[in-house]
Amino acid sequence: MSDLRFTKDHEWVRLEGGVATVGITDHAQEALGDVVFVELPEPGREVEEGEACAVVESVKAASDVYSPLTGRVTEVNNAIVDDPALVNRAPDGEGWFFKLALADEAAFAGLMDEAGYKAFLETN
Amino acid sequence: MSEDTLLTTPLDALHRELGGKMVPFAGYAMPVQYPAGILTEHLHCRAQAALFDVSHMGQASLHGAGAAAALEALVPGDMVGLKPGRQRYTLLTTPAGTILDDLMVANAGDERLFLVVNASRKHVDLPHIEAHLPAGVTLERHDDRALLALQGPAAVTVLARLAPAVAAMPFMGFAAVTLLGAACFVSRSGYTGEDGYEISVPAGRAVDLARALLAEPEVMPAGLGARDSLRLEAGLCLYGNDIDETTNPIEAGLTWVIQKRHKLAWDFIGAGPIRDMLDNGPPRLRVGIQPDGRAPARGHTDILGPDGAVVGQITSGGFGPSCNAPVAMGYVRRDLAADGTAVSLMVRGKPLPARVAPLPFFPHRYVR
Repeated sequence: MSDLRFTKDHEWVRLEGGVATVGITDHAQEALGDVVFVELPEPGREVEEGEACAVVESVKAASDVYSPLTGRVTEVNNAIVDDPALVNRAPDGEGWFFKLALADEAAFAGLMDEAGYKAFLETN
Repeated sequence: MSEDTLLTTPLDALHRELGGKMVPFAGYAMPVQYPAGILTEHLHCRAQAALFDVSHMGQASLHGAGAAAALEALVPGDMVGLKPGRQRYTLLTTPAGTILDDLMVANAGDERLFLVVNASRKHVDLPHIEAHLPAGVTLERHDDRALLALQGPAAVTVLARLAPAVAAMPFMGFAAVTLLGAACFVSRSGYTGEDGYEISVPAGRAVDLARALLAEPEVMPAGLGARDSLRLEAGLCLYGNDIDETTNPIEAGLTWVIQKRHKLAWDFIGAGPIRDMLDNGPPRLRVGIQPDGRAPARGHTDILGPDGAVVGQITSGGFGPSCNAPVAMGYVRRDLAADGTAVSLMVRGKPLPARVAPLPFFPHRYVR
């Protein structure tokens, strides 16, 4: 429970052994609608917190996905490139976007926890 | 515009009951999609039938013996020759030979023309038309009518259950039809490339009619999102995106709307500049654009020629669910407008390969 954090850009981050897995929240996929295209960062890319590093497109519109923390992209989920609807079906699981080796693991704790994200959704 | 200043259509409560995701569009709160989602709604329309609320569009009638002649001075289409029970697509033009709006005009009989104009332009169009009416011709606004579009191959079966006569209507036919006791105007037309009907119904009867149509097993409600992806695949223009007050009908590929009498007399508003472009060739043309990859290219995307120079812009673009591929249309320099011409699209700073493609992307299936 404590290993899951959220951003105001509606990404979730799960920390396991120093590696952060990033995806978009169920709220985000619901707001986007049917996902038809995903573009992911190159593995090895260094990204800053808040940097646009992936793209998710629905029938209607394109949205950026931002890196929730600073780090290096270690792995990307090509399954969502081949089957973009996976982002709608399993946003919290199989529909993950990329993994980050964090530059500063302590920064993870600064993100919103689940209760904080729920409160954020209610006020926005 | 804040949510509470938005206008609503007579179906507003029904949209909310059906779980419609309401968005502002042309000053109205309109459903962009229902819980099924744009992909499902789009594909269902092509497979069976979808019901759209298009009550935000402007409906009006021109009354009087001189109505057709008066309107004919404002559009490049033959209005005097439009037979009772027939509808025609045409354009209101500006003195500069550009497009004020695109619209449908039907001859309702009894010296009456029935008009449907775009929601975003009705405040411009109707005063413009009124300003050009001679004595004896009047414009009546139908703010008390809703407009439903029932589209898809099963639309005929569904609507014929309520009124068998609609099955015999030709494409672009128009008729006064009683549906569930309500006096409606029905045209066999639409904005999806499919067979189907647009139904003008008194506002107070719109919910009953919509519920009756939605109760038919073939019919699913569909929102503006699917309407947009359907019309894009069908290669149909969206006013404000693909055509506007800067567009000449010739470069928009709408030369076909200029009818014979108008090509002889050139006496409608803006005829001079339109004739010039027809004679001299347009500098740019509206074309289909098919990206080679999977990434959609949206409106305002720059189109690059073989030498890397900007040669035009995408005006509508997205994902075509029936094509299962990204589709777009836009304007390119005339020398690059031939089908198959290789171009690049600047998407997020990267040139993506694409080709000029014939329109429509998905074949029209109108009854003929």
